[in-house]
Amino acid sequence: MSGHLHKDYTGAKFGMWLFLFTEVLLFGGLFILYGVYLARYPKEFVMAGSQLNVWFGGANTLVLLTSSLFVAMSITALRRGAKRLCLGLLGGTVACAAIFMINKFFEWSAKIHHGIYPGSAHLKEMLPGEMVFFNIYYLTTGLHGIHVVIGAIVLSWTMVFIKTGRVNAGDWVILENAGLYWHLVDLIWIFIFPLYYLILH
Amino acid sequence: MPEEHAHIIPYRTFLLVWVALLVLTGLTIAAAQFHFGALNVWIALGIATLKSSLVVAVFMHMKYEQPLFKLTLLSALAILAIFVGMTFLDVLYRS
Amino acid sequence: MSRDLPPAATGRGFFDEGRYPGIFGWIFSTDHKRIGLLYLWSIGTAFCVGAILGLLLRLELWAPGRTIMDAQTYNAAFTLHGVIMIFLFIIPGIPAAFGNLVMPIQIGARDVAFPRLNLLSWWLYISGAALAVTALFTGGGPPDTGWTFYVPFSTHTSTNVSLATVAVFLLGFSSILTGLNFITTIHRLRAEGMTWMRIPLFTWSLYATAWIQVLATPVLGITVALVFAERVIGTGLFDPAQGGDPIMFQHLFWIYSHPAVYIMVLPGMGVVSDIIPVFSRKPAFGYKAIVVSSLAIAFAGSLVWAHHMYTSGMSDTAVMVFSFLTFIVAIPSAIKVFNWLATMYQGSILLDPPLLFALSFILLFTIGGLTGLVLGSAATDIHVHDTYFVVGHFHFVMFGGTGMAFFAAMHYWLPKIYGRMYDKIVATVAWGVIFVGFCVLYLSMKVVGLMGMPRRYWDYVPEFTGLNQLATIGSWILAIGLVLMFVNLIRGLFWGPPAGDNPWGGATLEWQIPSPPPAENFDSDPVVTHGPYDFKKAGIL
Repeated sequence: MSGHLHKDYTGAKFGMWLFLFTEVLLFGGLFILYGVYLARYPKEFVMAGSQLNVWFGGANTLVLLTSSLFVAMSITALRRGAKRLCLGLLGGTVACAAIFMINKFFEWSAKIHHGIYPGSAHLKEMLPGEMVFFNIYYLTTGLHGIHVVIGAIVLSWTMVFIKTGRVNAGDWVILENAGLYWHLVDLIWIFIFPLYYLILH
Repeated sequence: MPEEHAHIIPYRTFLLVWVALLVLTGLTIAAAQFHFGALNVWIALGIATLKSSLVVAVFMHMKYEQPLFKLTLLSALAILAIFVGMTFLDVLYRS
Repeated sequence: MSRDLPPAATGRGFFDEGRYPGIFGWIFSTDHKRIGLLYLWSIGTAFCVGAILGLLLRLELWAPGRTIMDAQTYNAAFTLHGVIMIFLFIIPGIPAAFGNLVMPIQIGARDVAFPRLNLLSWWLYISGAALAVTALFTGGGPPDTGWTFYVPFSTHTSTNVSLATVAVFLLGFSSILTGLNFITTIHRLRAEGMTWMRIPLFTWSLYATAWIQVLATPVLGITVALVFAERVIGTGLFDPAQGGDPIMFQHLFWIYSHPAVYIMVLPGMGVVSDIIPVFSRKPAFGYKAIVVSSLAIAFAGSLVWAHHMYTSGMSDTAVMVFSFLTFIVAIPSAIKVFNWLATMYQGSILLDPPLLFALSFILLFTIGGLTGLVLGSAATDIHVHDTYFVVGHFHFVMFGGTGMAFFAAMHYWLPKIYGRMYDKIVATVAWGVIFVGFCVLYLSMKVVGLMGMPRRYWDYVPEFTGLNQLATIGSWILAIGLVLMFVNLIRGLFWGPPAGDNPWGGATLEWQIPSPPPAENFDSDPVVTHGPYDFKKAGIL
């Protein structure tokens, strides 16, 4: 029915950026809470924060930064006609996502095994500020983890489109937008890492 | 169509940014080992802001986008800053 | 380009056979006009359900003590009334229905930037509505917390707040996607010659609104998600027993919900801004001032949320700062009122139904806005907080304001969409009855509120009986007016005489195409050569 609409590359990108703003504000609410409670419980945040494993956090930071590198490079690859390199890089990104989630699984399992999780008896014995720290830690990293999974799915889907040729060197905005979403996932972690894993003093 | 001639960022640029990000990550871990008191959080946030600026500008191509994109991003961040800041008008001054 | 299509003879524009047969051609359509109508009918249904609930509330309040329902049912009824009216009627309201129907045509486009996303928005709306209805009959029954879901009650009540919060999240997502779509559309799809300063004021209002939808709604999303988490997983970020602060819920909640009232009212102001020039046969006075004030309202509206929290226990510093800023946000609204009046001054006034509803908006919104200053001033707010004065205030601005604008939009644009005209005399009578009923109902509330009657109470002291009965009588008058209005509209739009392409003499682009509009809106991409209210240049005067 509707005639062929002239594709609007800039418009599509702009729309994705607008969506990213909404994600920033969504996580922003959690960061507001973090800031307020950090100001209220500085000592307890350090006590609780020291219990998080900086190796898990640091490793995940490196994994996500590398995944961002891969997805950024994949766009250059596609536009230069290196379709197989592009798919390889995107596969690498998805692999990084998987490593991230596996890391997170082990990290959370360890904490849960020690009885540190929302609503646990052990949590209730802690100081108020410690309880807040762990509650907001689980909520923020949990919400972030959901976004990692969504991002991985979106990127995998994009890989299928590239294979079928729907996304190609002449029309790559879907890849660009998928990449933007993935970079957002990386950006949020760039803030999560120091605020949760490097609260040592 | 102008977009087809849009700038393709070379692999090298991405790799250089990635190295910078790793260095900054190392820096923030190192800084956290020291007692700067209340300043620790601000140093951490400062480094995180620097890292995100690199990701946004280069990985996310913002450096090469039209002014509208930059303006709207800054507006969104400004609104978030207002939300945070004005909440602190309450939290910091409770009796 | 005036083509009066006799409805029976030729095709019916975009009403002709859709991409898929029958109803599937509607519920899977990506045509902004069909999506607009899907929204219109869904939103209209929600309004009727919400209105019936309102009438039931007023029946209960006919006399002290139990009249027709017990206290628990009453709590659920006013919660549902608020949730439906706010999340299913007013917030989507004008943007989703009339924004979708009219905005792309006003800017000379064939559709919005992301038509499939637009359809998704409607499906999210319907899903959210369905979940909200399900919450009534499942779990612990309908939520009884009030639409504001304050903690600790919302995190502890056995009613089905959990499902309700999921519903609200979906509805918020719907709103966000609409806003995102409209911003991109207005930036990217304007026709040649449609410069920013030639955009109709209705579209400008949708633009300002869309930014609030995009930037504020996510905060509501995370807030209801946190309530859900507290109920289901046991996190305690708002629970003092776990170190949390219940006032933080209020901050996060109102960071969205105050800007939300500007999502509600800005499009209404946009409708008025488009109608006044047409029915005064004069270009809009102060076009640029109206544009700037729309953007100013959107911005300033995000600085004042804690004026809902003066009595919550937050710091005195916050109370004073937010109170001061609240006065500032009144200024751009006042600028608009002056510009509308100046537009009408020495104009050639046509007292048709759209103008009558638009004028009601100006009067009732002004009264509501003035009572808003009483509430915004911290000192006087202490006396009236959580009384019926508040209830009267927000019904004046939201119903007397946005509600009237919604009715104005129906009477202004639906003849274009359906191609037929309603009975204008009956519409005028309906308007009069609505206006009288409205004033009796809500002025009584303001008085009884000042006398001290609390809101959200199922019972009241005998001294308040007279005013409550007066209000209830007002609600019946209002209901009669609404029924008359809706019946007249439906009759006219489906079986009335042809409306013609431009029954009101408007100069904006939607009046330059046939009624009903063709599926593609325009035969060829229009080229704009004059402003939206330049009646002389458009050859209409």
